[in-house]
Amino acid sequence: MSTIYELTCIACPMGCQIKTKVQQDKIISIKGNSCKRGELYAQDEIFRPMRVITSTVRVQGGVLPVVPVRTAEPIPKDKIGVALQEIACITVTAPVKFHQVIVPNIADTGVSVVASRPLAAKEGGEKTA
Amino acid sequence: MRSIKYDVVVIGAGPAGLAAASRAKAMGVKRVLLVDRDREPGGILQQCIHNGFGLHLFKEELTGPEYAYKFIEESYASGVEFLMNTMVLTIQPDRQIYAINRKVGMLKIEAQAIVLAMGCRERNRGAVTIPGSRPSGIFTAGTAQRFVNMEGYMPGRHVVILGSGDIGLIMARRFTWEGAKVEGVFEIMPYSNGLNRNIVQCLKDNNIPLHLSHTVTKVHGNERIEAVTVSQVDEHFTPLSGSEQVIPCDTLLLSVGLIPENELSRDAGIHIDPVIGGPVVTDEMETTLAGVFACGNVVHVHDLVDNVTRESWLAGEGAARLVLGQQPTRDLVTTKAGSGVRYVVPHKIHVENLATRTTTLYLRVLQPEENVRVELVSGTKSLFSVHQRVVRPAEMVSINVPPKRITATAGEELMVRLVREGDKA
Ligand SMILES: Cc1cc2nc3c(=O)[nH]c(=O)nc-3n(C[C@H](O)[C@H](O)[C@H](O)COP(=O)(O)OP(=O)(O)OC[C@H]3O[C@@H](n4cnc5c(N)ncnc54)[C@H](O)[C@@H]3O)c2cc1C
Ligand code: SF4
Repeated sequence: MSTIYELTCIACPMGCQIKTKVQQDKIISIKGNSCKRGELYAQDEIFRPMRVITSTVRVQGGVLPVVPVRTAEPIPKDKIGVALQEIACITVTAPVKFHQVIVPNIADTGVSVVASRPLAAKEGGEKTA
Repeated sequence: MRSIKYDVVVIGAGPAGLAAASRAKAMGVKRVLLVDRDREPGGILQQCIHNGFGLHLFKEELTGPEYAYKFIEESYASGVEFLMNTMVLTIQPDRQIYAINRKVGMLKIEAQAIVLAMGCRERNRGAVTIPGSRPSGIFTAGTAQRFVNMEGYMPGRHVVILGSGDIGLIMARRFTWEGAKVEGVFEIMPYSNGLNRNIVQCLKDNNIPLHLSHTVTKVHGNERIEAVTVSQVDEHFTPLSGSEQVIPCDTLLLSVGLIPENELSRDAGIHIDPVIGGPVVTDEMETTLAGVFACGNVVHVHDLVDNVTRESWLAGEGAARLVLGQQPTRDLVTTKAGSGVRYVVPHKIHVENLATRTTTLYLRVLQPEENVRVELVSGTKSLFSVHQRVVRPAEMVSINVPPKRITATAGEELMVRLVREGDKA
């Protein structure tokens, strides 16, 4: 039993269409890549695809109502859904510092979610917050 | 009216303005001022919360706000002064700037050198004219980006995207991640205008279909958009009858390109290159108005912020050299787009600089090609060439000519063209 995976390599602008056959956690044939980097890309994409996720979280008393956040490192692609749900539940209070940790261990990946920018408190914001 | 004086005044505090200002300061200019109409510096980057910035310059994938933060900090540290919430209204040919802000009203700023860094704006529906009603729910992709990422507000739940520019692709993923349904991306060209990486990570990752050679031919709905009709187009971009399909949606995003923001430049009498919509510039990034420089998206639309920063360092240096009396002699060669090339920036190069520093030429090709050579020719003589495995209109090509690699005399014309490998052009 083998599975066929078709991918577009993104390691360079060439964008080769790569066709692979995978059997028991191993690539047994690969076609369409013009260089070795395509093979490495296919390996990673098929067996351990990782993504950085970026979103926003709500802020109380800030100059803006939301602050952008990111995972400090890429996380496994199949954790994206859970991670986004966890992020959606959070509200922080201004001021927010640059790279302040917002969620320490997102979706049990050991990776933290941090603020992508500093966000000041609205003048007089402390009273209402 | 209040009047102030600076050595270098930079208009626009996006990545272009930040890099130009801090570089001018680092070169030894005493008083550098950054003026921006926004509340905070960073420009468009503050709404581009996705990662992918700075890969070339820093070898890491920063988000837009992180990239901006580095340069904002650097500008403050180097002693650049900021004048925020201030809109520049006009630039006089004698380098007097008129601006307005709430605190002091009208303001006159005198400058020895000015750097234009006003960025670009998005083409809107008027620029692409779709028949049908004009209900609410139609946004440019960048406007939607600002709503979602900075104002924390979702414009809709069922989204159709017209145009496969990068902002549209990025927003397709953003909407999906926020729980909306993106019905598809429709692109009139037979190829995408976005980066491959965005097609893979924004569309394929989220199972969003990309329909090439398709366009929106009608908008339905009275108060709010209810649906669009999409059609396939032939090679002349004419919709094929019988291919129409009605797609229900509450939001239509337009991602159909950007245009440099040059009202100020035009009013000042600066020559604009009609192909790129930005000022004609030298390799010092000086426009046709002496002492006025320009960089970033106001000159030509960049797809990578790293190139914006590099180009803006040159503008900051150029402005500093003028103020410090170190400008190169005005012996210039001109560049010209040859076959396969849509445009080349800069338009003019100082002969002296060709000998003393690496000269970078930025160009865009007309069509996707593989296995080509980008060649610099003067008359019939080939002066320099580099191999490119693949070139696409969506990805700006940059060519570095090392110092002393080519010699040219003032007035010469350097043509930049594409030659298929193997062909003797
Ligand atoms: C939506 C979007 C997504 C992008 N995504 C990516 C990406 O993923 N990766 C990447 O590398 N690059 C990306 N880019 C490209 C890159 O971000 C831009 O090329 C870069 O931000 C341009 O910088 P700039 O300083 O020229 O313009 P801007 O960032 O637009 O800054 C212009 C500034 O000028 C100010 N201004 C304009 N007119 C006036 C006036 N009259 N008076 C006072 N101030 C004025 C504006 O307020 C603004 O702050 C993206 C661009 C856009 C638009
Ligand atoms: S396989 Fe090699 S040439 Fe093809 S896209 Fe990947 S890196 Fe580029």
